[in-house]
Amino acid sequence: MKNIISKKAPADQDIEQLIGLQLRFGVIIASLIVLIGGLIYLKQFGALAVPHYHSFIGTKGGYTSLDEIFKGAYAANAKGIIELGVVALIITPILRIAFSLVGFIIEKDKLYIGITLTVLAIMMASIFGGLKI
Amino acid sequence: MTILTFTLILLAGAYLAGLVGSLTGLGGGVVVIPLLTLVFHVDIRYAIGAALLAAIANSSGAASAYVKEGITNIRLGMFLEIATTIGAVAGAVIAVYTPTNTIAILFGAILLFSAYMTIRKKNQEALTTGSKASLKLKLNSTYPTKDGEIAYQLKNVGAGFSIMTLAGVLSGLLGIGSGALKVLAMDSTMHIPFKVSTTTSNFMIGVTAAASAVIYLQRGYMDAGIAFPVVLGVLAGAFTGSKLLTRLDPKVLKYIFCLAISFVALEMIYNGYHHQF
Repeated sequence: MKNIISKKAPADQDIEQLIGLQLRFGVIIASLIVLIGGLIYLKQFGALAVPHYHSFIGTKGGYTSLDEIFKGAYAANAKGIIELGVVALIITPILRIAFSLVGFIIEKDKLYIGITLTVLAIMMASIFGGLKI
Repeated sequence: MTILTFTLILLAGAYLAGLVGSLTGLGGGVVVIPLLTLVFHVDIRYAIGAALLAAIANSSGAASAYVKEGITNIRLGMFLEIATTIGAVAGAVIAVYTPTNTIAILFGAILLFSAYMTIRKKNQEALTTGSKASLKLKLNSTYPTKDGEIAYQLKNVGAGFSIMTLAGVLSGLLGIGSGALKVLAMDSTMHIPFKVSTTTSNFMIGVTAAASAVIYLQRGYMDAGIAFPVVLGVLAGAFTGSKLLTRLDPKVLKYIFCLAISFVALEMIYNGYHHQF
């Protein structure tokens, strides 16, 4: 039950509900994709020996770019599908920032439009900044 | 060992990690890293990648409930996310130049600190007069309790912001949510009531972890074969934990788990010191 004497603006509460739903669906969808990919992975490779995880091979393991992941998932490749779920999972909180931005725009809260845009900009710099090294 | 056996054991281990992480409030990711490195002898970089994903899944799953209840302070979270995301990106960049043994030692130290933070006294009081900065940034708010909405204000915004940057760096470097540092910044420094600080910290963990996760994904830290059982296991474990928490008050369990986790932390430090990573 929402408290009637809440000091929060009604728009604030609507956005809170929306963000809550978006986060939940994001996690559910991502987990389902990972589960589907995982089951195919086990069906195809389950009987093989465990890879040498004690030595790190980095990008040689494949699926380290969106392009590779999309192509792999499209070809119904098990690892490609799992990594697609991973991407969906990472996108979930980033989408949440975008939803908050919409909320602050509706409220015409200039200060928080600025703050949210700053956080989005940092995220974008992290995604496209070529910080692979 | 076949991939099937490995996956099933890891799934069960990740489930327990998620359960313990949720019951103690430490977070499943923190428990899953020692499990992967000490028990399965997985390279700590794969462990970090998988733990980051578990942190995002946990944070988003739990935050969806708290946000709906109106406990989370979204403005405060958004403002402090500037600090944590900058920190997380910096941490992920520093990670390349940090030897894995150093990362393991640092991880052990943070784990000890986190265990201490979960059993210490919590700030329940709501501050009635905040600082000028908190007013200017519109950070003061209300939260629902059994006795109705309670208004709270906060102070030391600058200090809180600085600790949050450090929390972000550690999150990016170690692949954890670093909830303990986030709570330290909000609870002890900014004087935010415990319920608000923990839920807002949880709310921020997803975004903080995502900021470094995109870098780690491109570096090949997120192996599909490890990420798949870890994400699903930790998520299921955390879900069970949250259901159990509404029915029991795991005070004794919490102490036992925190003690156990402290031993694990010491083993991480010991092994890191002897260059076993």
